[in-house]
Amino acid sequence: MSDQEKPDISSIIRLLGPGLAELLSGRQIELENVELELGELELWIPVGGISPSIYPAPVPGGTGQIAPQVQRLPRPDDLISEKFLMEPDIFPAQIREITLGATKSEGGTRGSTVTVGGSTSIPFVHPQTPPPHPPVISLDVFDTRVPMPKALKNHLTEVIDDPAAWAEMNVEQFGADMVTVHLLSTDPLIQNKSPREASKTVEEVLQAVDIPLIIGGCGDPKKDAETFTEIAEMAEGERLLLNSVTSDMADAKTLEPVCKAADRYGHCLLGFTGLDLNSAKELNRRIYQYFPPERLLMDLTTVALGYGLEYSFSIHERARIAALMGDKELQHPTISACTNAWSAREAWMDLGPAFGRNDLRGPLWETIGGLTLLLAGVDLFLMMHPLAVSTLRDVAGRLMQPGEVKPVMAEWAALKI
Amino acid sequence: MKEEHKKSIREISPIDVYKLLPRTNCAECGEANCMAFATKVVNGEAVIEGCPPILTKSYEKDLGKLQELLAPPVRVVYFGTGPDQQTIGGKHVLYRHEFTYQNPPPIAIDISDDMENEQITARINKIQDFSYTYIGRPLALDALAVRSVTQSPDRYKEIIQHICGLCNLPLILCSTDPAIIKAGLTVCAERKPLIFAITKENWKEMGELVLDFCCPVVVSAPGDLSLLRTLVRTLQEWGIEDMVLDPGTFHSDRIGQTIHLFTALRKAAIKDFDSLSGYPILGTPISVWNGQELSDDLNRWQEAYLASMLITRYADLLIMHSIEGWALLPQLIWRFGIYTDPRKPVSVDAGVRTFGNPDKNSPVLITSNYALTFFTVESDIKAAKIDCYLIVIDTGGLSVEAAVAGRYLTASKIAESLKEWKADTLVSHKYLIIPGLAARLSGETEEETGWRVLVGPRDSSGIGQMIREHWPPADE
Repeated sequence: MSDQEKPDISSIIRLLGPGLAELLSGRQIELENVELELGELELWIPVGGISPSIYPAPVPGGTGQIAPQVQRLPRPDDLISEKFLMEPDIFPAQIREITLGATKSEGGTRGSTVTVGGSTSIPFVHPQTPPPHPPVISLDVFDTRVPMPKALKNHLTEVIDDPAAWAEMNVEQFGADMVTVHLLSTDPLIQNKSPREASKTVEEVLQAVDIPLIIGGCGDPKKDAETFTEIAEMAEGERLLLNSVTSDMADAKTLEPVCKAADRYGHCLLGFTGLDLNSAKELNRRIYQYFPPERLLMDLTTVALGYGLEYSFSIHERARIAALMGDKELQHPTISACTNAWSAREAWMDLGPAFGRNDLRGPLWETIGGLTLLLAGVDLFLMMHPLAVSTLRDVAGRLMQPGEVKPVMAEWAALKI
Repeated sequence: MKEEHKKSIREISPIDVYKLLPRTNCAECGEANCMAFATKVVNGEAVIEGCPPILTKSYEKDLGKLQELLAPPVRVVYFGTGPDQQTIGGKHVLYRHEFTYQNPPPIAIDISDDMENEQITARINKIQDFSYTYIGRPLALDALAVRSVTQSPDRYKEIIQHICGLCNLPLILCSTDPAIIKAGLTVCAERKPLIFAITKENWKEMGELVLDFCCPVVVSAPGDLSLLRTLVRTLQEWGIEDMVLDPGTFHSDRIGQTIHLFTALRKAAIKDFDSLSGYPILGTPISVWNGQELSDDLNRWQEAYLASMLITRYADLLIMHSIEGWALLPQLIWRFGIYTDPRKPVSVDAGVRTFGNPDKNSPVLITSNYALTFFTVESDIKAAKIDCYLIVIDTGGLSVEAAVAGRYLTASKIAESLKEWKADTLVSHKYLIIPGLAARLSGETEEETGWRVLVGPRDSSGIGQMIREHWPPADE
């Protein structure tokens, strides 16, 4: 199906790419069952008050069934007019505004840059206070093969071993604002590739695409520090986002050199903590010793729907409200690794005919995780599935600029479906 | 819109409640004393009606004061009867981290009167059979929204009768035509259906029906919150109390408006204590089915993400059309999650669980007591049909990975648990299977326990294969 055949096709479909559009329009594409190889079911959950019991939440003050009113009051002759006033909330503080990537005139080689943050309010609660920038979507590229459900792998077969080509596809076919290059091959427990080799991969991607990049490490605090330092120097002035620096680095005494290298060569940093605002604030304070807060973003951890998304949601709401109320240590733009949705079994496992179509269930899992955190104020999303990407972008655009609503009748009640 | 400031649930102290209790420390509520009970009440862990003496005549006044003190700014409304009755609203706060959200929004699926009776029967069966087991409990659909498409009161009455003969699911009667609603009410009023809807056009006739039949009603003014407040005010004056608000669920390019409307209404109720906004909110993701999309799957896709956004942003009741599992499952799971207590991980009791018919040679596994971990492992062991023992260790409700990192699951904790649950009496061997995500504890665990450790898979779906391939363990 091409756009020519269906000229009035909705903007969602247009963004999907040919395979998915056919899928949604009811044509035949059978995807095989996904592989059951995805690991990582376990998650970080914050330590809270601990109680082993689960009880249905009672309603305090609930009075049970209220007896129906017996006394009949006279009907008012006419409607009693009332107004609804919607005032936007005014917060005393603001989230820092950070530009990622740098063009030639700014000292880099990017064709465009993106800016995140700058919010002065909880997002999408009032038409007069939209976030200053639309959310940014970064699509993943891996430098080595990782276990991935078929629903994701399906449209990547051509590029899966070529990070540069993969990045190009993310930009050209799926409209990525940024690309994240995950350098998992550097993991000492996997291929243990050298920082130099990783740097070369990044260089290739920088040449292949001209949008800003995020550089993902392998999670080893020593190795990541070496890799990031090497890449920071190689890509001087590009304003990369290094993903991520952690308190493990502080423990391994590698935080200082990474922060200093990132600062010297003009990059941005992402501080990662596991669903705990106190740890996030503590890590930020440590980073401030070596690195300007004006270029620091936070990853507070994104957990999949069904595995604790509500913890991620609440921590982002808490962080954003505290920041807007004046907590300087939390006034950083936030990012969400929505791709974590795919660690939920419900995203990829065959659950039987009643829950069929995991070709849609998986992307919906990623979409809902993303939209939920969008409502909580997240500024930048790491994503994978094209359908999730197009939906998030589409909905975010409409949340930013809500069209006028003319009062109507609820038409669904009598609608023939 | 501002009215006299009532205390929000977060401002009420146990003392405020204690002062109005009998203060006899009779312990009939199950707590040690009145202060302990008062603390539970303000934490949302007990209801005031859990105090037997306060329900007696002599404390009538205090009960009234307590109910007023603790009343949520968003009123509670009920529809349906008996065990299937639905409770909606009763919200205290805007943000989940402030106080556990109360009363998860029921999901009603539509039935339209242009469907053949057999079609309706099949659809109802599908709705009633829909179930997914999550953290050990079934997630299900809750109600039916019966729509009049033919605009024939006779047909409407007929299908309501047909539906009542098939199931006890609570009903929402959907039509803005009072004649249709009346036809429906004459055959199902005793089931306390929710009426959809009173509007600017029909409020006089529909209001009479609401009062005649004593049923809760939705007040509908899509896109116009001033009109919504106007209608509510008028109906309040008329003595109608059980209302649900429909600010309009717009989709596609107007989805932003929907989020603004829902949020504005809920903020007015909670921050400004506006009694005209303090009612449950109806979300209608079914609105996406107005024929603008090219395929049913695209409609389902839109309906699904819109429903999830409305669960996040203050809907207290949802009406949907899709009954496809892929579209509904995330709603049921998200609804469960966002309505859990933000202060506590969901956990299960520690102890030994037995699967199949294990004997002295059967494998012994361990896992954490985080509910999701436990139920996932449990279902995987059952699916693999393995006879074994599973020792659930108290990790404070943390998952294996988090518990290992946070030192809630350690070699000495494992040793302690093996002793506590008398693992050496369960089996005659000394092989312990630990989760793949706890692999780094294996050396220390062997030292502390004297058991040989086998490292299991990182995802418990691999347990079956592991046991088939590696049990019994090869001799050293």
